[in-house]
Amino acid sequence: MARVVIDPVTRIEGHLRIETEVNGGRVTDAWSSGTMFRGIELILRGRDPREAWIWAQRICGVCTTVHALASVRAVENALGIEIPDNARLVRNIIAGSQNVHDHVVHFYHLHALDWVDVTLALKADPAKTSQLAMSISEWPKSSTTYFKGVQDRVKALVASRQLSLFSSGDWGHPAYQLPPEANLLAVAHYIEALDMQRDFIRIHAVLGGKNPHLQTYLVGGMSTAIDGNEPEAVINPERITLFNELAARAKTFVQQVYVPDVLAIAGFYKEWFGYGEGLGNFMAYGDFPSGSINDPSDYFFPRGILMGRDLSKVHPVDPGQVSEYVTHSWYEYSVGDQTSRHPAEGETKPKYSGPKPPFQQLDTDAKYSWLKSPRYDDKPMEVGPLARTLIAYASGDAQVQKTVNAVLAKLNAPPAALYSTLGRIAARAIEADILIEKLPEWIAQLDDNMAHGDIRIHNGEKWDPESWPKSCAGFGLEEAPRGSLGHWVEIENKKIVNYQAIVPSTWNAGPRDAHGQRGAYEAALINTPIADPERPLEVLRTVHSFDPCLACAVHVIDGKGRSYGRDVVAAPEPEGSMSLPQVPAAQFVAVMQGGK
Amino acid sequence: MVAEESVLDTCRRRGVSRRQFMEFCGAMAATLALPKGYTQTIANALGQKRKPVLVWLEFQDCAGNTEAMLRSTHPTVEEIVLETLSWEYHETIMAGYGKHAEAALKRVVDEEKGKYLVVVEGSIPTADDGVYCTIGGRTALDIAREVCSGAAVNIAVGSCAWDGGIPKAGPNPTGALGLHEAVPGIKVVNLPGCPHNPTNTAAVLVHYLTFGVLPALDGYDRPLFAYGQLIHDQCERRAHYDAGRYVQAWGDEGHRKGWCLFKMGCKGPEANYNCPTVRFNDSTSWPVKAGHGCIACASPRFWDTKSPFYERLPHPAGFGVDVTAGEIGWTVVAGVAAATAAHAVGHVVRDHFHPGDDEPPVKEAEKTTTEVH
Repeated sequence: MARVVIDPVTRIEGHLRIETEVNGGRVTDAWSSGTMFRGIELILRGRDPREAWIWAQRICGVCTTVHALASVRAVENALGIEIPDNARLVRNIIAGSQNVHDHVVHFYHLHALDWVDVTLALKADPAKTSQLAMSISEWPKSSTTYFKGVQDRVKALVASRQLSLFSSGDWGHPAYQLPPEANLLAVAHYIEALDMQRDFIRIHAVLGGKNPHLQTYLVGGMSTAIDGNEPEAVINPERITLFNELAARAKTFVQQVYVPDVLAIAGFYKEWFGYGEGLGNFMAYGDFPSGSINDPSDYFFPRGILMGRDLSKVHPVDPGQVSEYVTHSWYEYSVGDQTSRHPAEGETKPKYSGPKPPFQQLDTDAKYSWLKSPRYDDKPMEVGPLARTLIAYASGDAQVQKTVNAVLAKLNAPPAALYSTLGRIAARAIEADILIEKLPEWIAQLDDNMAHGDIRIHNGEKWDPESWPKSCAGFGLEEAPRGSLGHWVEIENKKIVNYQAIVPSTWNAGPRDAHGQRGAYEAALINTPIADPERPLEVLRTVHSFDPCLACAVHVIDGKGRSYGRDVVAAPEPEGSMSLPQVPAAQFVAVMQGGK
Repeated sequence: MVAEESVLDTCRRRGVSRRQFMEFCGAMAATLALPKGYTQTIANALGQKRKPVLVWLEFQDCAGNTEAMLRSTHPTVEEIVLETLSWEYHETIMAGYGKHAEAALKRVVDEEKGKYLVVVEGSIPTADDGVYCTIGGRTALDIAREVCSGAAVNIAVGSCAWDGGIPKAGPNPTGALGLHEAVPGIKVVNLPGCPHNPTNTAAVLVHYLTFGVLPALDGYDRPLFAYGQLIHDQCERRAHYDAGRYVQAWGDEGHRKGWCLFKMGCKGPEANYNCPTVRFNDSTSWPVKAGHGCIACASPRFWDTKSPFYERLPHPAGFGVDVTAGEIGWTVVAGVAAATAAHAVGHVVRDHFHPGDDEPPVKEAEKTTTEVH
């Protein structure tokens, strides 16, 4: 038995450490640890709720824009604001394109190198690579000359003995099973995907000013003024044409490169439909409203819960059932660390009790992560593209069922194969395909509104804080690329007094709870084969299949705070203690439980 | 074996003509505000054989600066510039992981001492012995001290690495610091912004590789070519400001016509950065073009000093908002109440430039290339 540690887990966002026990060539136990803490929710207290999204967005730059959206939704919910249809459409376009963009970048730039041996591309026959490419796709960049060019580029890199980003790869690892031609094909598409993501995300630049960290949200709508007759309006007919062009190019890439590559690579690694199964409980808040955000029945992505891999019953989501443990997290609860707390009643007292750095190994019997352990009805849940796809499938979504069935048929795999490492990868591609088909519809609706003279982009009725109640609270739910995201806010005297985010990667990457129930990563790693404990590449495959985002995952709940900003900065008074009072917020509890 | 090749060789092999390559060098010279003759100097430097080694460290970060780098434009040619360097450690995108990743970093520190370049993203927590960020069991502070002190130059990208950014905003729960505060005495160039603009970062790298020194820096060690002017003075909406045409409400006629966002809280009059000219994502846009005010994300401690972001900048009471940005900046830096701005003489003051409030004098050090500006 050996303790195998991966730290840093690379090709993710943030700082993640995985420790595993390896016994007889298999992972027999696993522990997931987030090793960085910032405390952004703490920093949010005392700020203007209208700008909370600007701050909250900085929770993550990979999942950029998603925290901004959850934040404005939370504040709008608290203040009872309905946004104009154009703002809804712009938000759907931004979130939908973020999702597609994120999935493409994840597959090629964060995940592919777990399956693709770059150096084996040197042994490929460019003519055979061309044949392979043409056999799986219509994508025009498929000639022998083209692949020869890519191969020469790799050759030069290797010959220079300065392999740059590829210098530390696990090349030659026995777990790499692709034929040389598939490796060359994937390397070519790794490079092409860099171009694709750069091009496609210009849709965010127009609608957000820049990517990452878009800057056009407003509580009540968006700042992207729309007017069919104004050349300087952010949205006008010329921009609609650009959106359509960008979406069309991305659609071609997704359907002719990304999806075929996933299917082709999966075809060489079918045993990975049998690894990485994990918890079997799935949750999605649902997203992409067709009308009001307050009508989840009308979302393009449905809301629901699946328990124990049972696709016959989609359970409703009750936000009141969410709670968090800190039994194995570097925090303390005043009621003791064996009890879970509803986030609205939560408290956070960070207290590091891990080994003094530098250290070799964590004490995983004790506390071992900056992540808490969220639970739904006291059970761990997996969130993300696989959860969403399964819930849509089980909810009877015809398009999802058709796409999933087509993918399974192509891979000659049964539906149960989806509960796996490869299942997560396939679900992500399926979702990108479905969203890139949907994007032009939202663009067309925006165009249609504009053509009919609907140029409302912001509901300013509650912009002036003088129009707000003395205190109020709200929440915003969302499906981010990595899964279900919720922000909760409490406002008093025009300032934020409580802010809380429960984030996809906390659900997935969190540590054990008081009952010893593993988090999703920990459960999925059990039984993973390890060819060489010195090079645990296989562990990365399953961890990466979740698309970890650790900056997102570490969060704290906030106590009552004082105001920050221009008026206090001249004489900053950093608080000496990080011990926070328990949140006295019956109202917050009510909000968490779905009321107002 | 293929012989080691220069960037120009690589360009040729990849079908980029010498003319295109020279155009790129020209564009870089323009970004750096270098005279035309420097195009050839840049081209010559990029023709060198050996690739300098670069490592990219991430501490209390959101990877937004990494993502921005991935969006770096002029794709084919800028990509080659990155290939000019051997980019051997960067957690978010490197092939290696765990021990292999750490070994790659150690190799650079041990074998390339004094020669390698470091990019730092994210702040460095110093409270409680630095336990708020560990990588491979070591604290961020420990890693930064070791790696950055052996570097030829350190490039702090984004506002967090510069002055602590959002983790350092009140109440700074983790004792977060910017790189130059956490590891004093090292050679640092700061490229703040949330995120940095990768075009500027590429330009700094090119400048350094070309001339062997950093471009001229201001008192915050920010390159003047990118941070030497107020956003307000470069803004495409400036004419509306001067003419008194303001957005009064989101979505109103002025908003749809692209008028000035000053009354909506825009901090452009207090912010030094080149967003309006360089823009983001293949020069597609920047926040003001997208209808939202600037938040001054490249200004010192901007999270605390420039918020509330929707609050109109202070201006002399009784004189309307139609005064110059420079005056407003001057007012704030002087730390006096807006109403006491003595030189507000009761009429519209224009064309009277003062530096922004975040503008200390140009440092004497690192001024080697100032003459080319």
